Amino acid sequence: MSMDVVEFKGVSKSFGKRRVLDRLDLHIPQGKITFILGKSGEGKSVTIKHIMGLLKPDAGQIIVDGEDIVGKTKEEFRQYRKKFGMLFQHAALFDSMTVGENVLFPLMEHHRTTMQTMLTRVEEVLAQVGLPNIQHKYPTELSTGEKKRVGLARALVTKPHIILYDEPTTGMDPLVSEMIDGLIVQMSKEEQELTSIVISHDLKAALQTADYIVFLYQGKVALAGTPAAFRAAKDPVVRQFFSGKVEGPMEFL
Amino acid sequence: MSEAVSAKKLPVAVSAVEWLGRGIIGMYAEWLYFVGFVRQVVVWTVRRPHRVGLLFTHMEFIGNQSLNIIIGAGVAVGAVFGLQIGAIFVVFRAESMMGAATGKALCQELAPLITAILITGRAGAAMTAEIATMKVNEQVDAMEAMATDPISYLVVPRVLASILIMPLLCSVFIFTGVLGSFLAGTLLFHVDEGLFVQKITTLVTSKDIWRGLSKAFVFAAIMAVICCRYGLRASGGAKGVGIATTNAVVVTLLAMLAVDVVLTYFQIMW
Repeated sequence: MSMDVVEFKGVSKSFGKRRVLDRLDLHIPQGKITFILGKSGEGKSVTIKHIMGLLKPDAGQIIVDGEDIVGKTKEEFRQYRKKFGMLFQHAALFDSMTVGENVLFPLMEHHRTTMQTMLTRVEEVLAQVGLPNIQHKYPTELSTGEKKRVGLARALVTKPHIILYDEPTTGMDPLVSEMIDGLIVQMSKEEQELTSIVISHDLKAALQTADYIVFLYQGKVALAGTPAAFRAAKDPVVRQFFSGKVEGPMEFL
Repeated sequence: MSEAVSAKKLPVAVSAVEWLGRGIIGMYAEWLYFVGFVRQVVVWTVRRPHRVGLLFTHMEFIGNQSLNIIIGAGVAVGAVFGLQIGAIFVVFRAESMMGAATGKALCQELAPLITAILITGRAGAAMTAEIATMKVNEQVDAMEAMATDPISYLVVPRVLASILIMPLLCSVFIFTGVLGSFLAGTLLFHVDEGLFVQKITTLVTSKDIWRGLSKAFVFAAIMAVICCRYGLRASGGAKGVGIATTNAVVVTLLAMLAVDVVLTYFQIMW
């Protein structure tokens, strides 16, 4: 049984009158690929932003690597975030920079080493995501799939301890989706200590790729377990999500 | 009957008070946020890392790329002001004072204010639009996720570049403005060239120039801080970027005019 790298204890978060997380209790195991599933608006991205410290909960505790992060100062969060890599939903590459500069950015900011070493690492990580020799291109010259892969390279370049994927395959064709999922598994195998947290709607990918799945519904965990446990789940809300039918107990806003 | 009327009116009165209260609290919260933002800018100006490369990039954008506009506007404003004032001075046979009068007006007021207005329209609006686009496209979040403070990376180099460049652009404006006035004076009012220059050097003092340059410095800080702040607070896609840019320009210009009144008062009185 692996340790938990992230733990939410009674975390609540509201935006205006809408409560997105409602006393959420959540556990994410270390060194595994965890998928957080749920329909749109169920607080998946909000959960990931809480882990990064980009949002502050209204109530509850968030424990990462054994320490409560809720009371951290801005400066402490800056140090804390160095252990993460994050792939954003739309890659969030800096338009004014080339691909090479984008991937180099986190190294330039935080790693005291020679430029040659950093450039070698950039080449290495771009090759790892299947995009060698595109350092000179700008993000506007790339396809959506290529942007995602560059975003993944940027997230991996500092060899983070935890990597967060915000809907990595949304809007992708099946081949690129398969490739991204393959990369998530490959990174996890190459780095035994790497914890991957993936937010997704992609049930098929979750069942194929995940070691552990968390299903969010109405701001709480409706079900958490292995893919096998999900396949065997009797919970009507989970079954409805699996079947993809509109009719059922799941409420739509 | 009267009770029924007052019962109907009461909710309106209550909602008016509520509306006013919300407005005051909102303004107070906004002011607190702004003070905190300025504090962060000051802190990150002193703290490492010092982003010299970015500073020069923004200086080039604000300064070099605005130079043509400043030169053109300077010549035009100087010539127009010279014409206006020359038309009055000619009545008193004091055309030779045109240069001195234009020089003083340019140094103390016209050059810093018009330079700041032009730079706000060109560079300030671009600052807001660029940062706001980054904000709505999650690029600012990505920066924070990579443990880089957006104020350190996006705001401080722009603020420093603005306050270094604006006084230089103001100087260019003064020079070209005087040149415009010189052309108007010598070509249209047949003022003697030597007399024109002599009056300027006698009556326009270094104090006048420093007053103008200090205003340019303050206006630059106001512009950069407000424009970056609106950029970082943008939300809601392309429409949000547009709203942020418009608000940034309007608030910057109003703030500059308000501060100009205060600065002029202290400069004249002290």
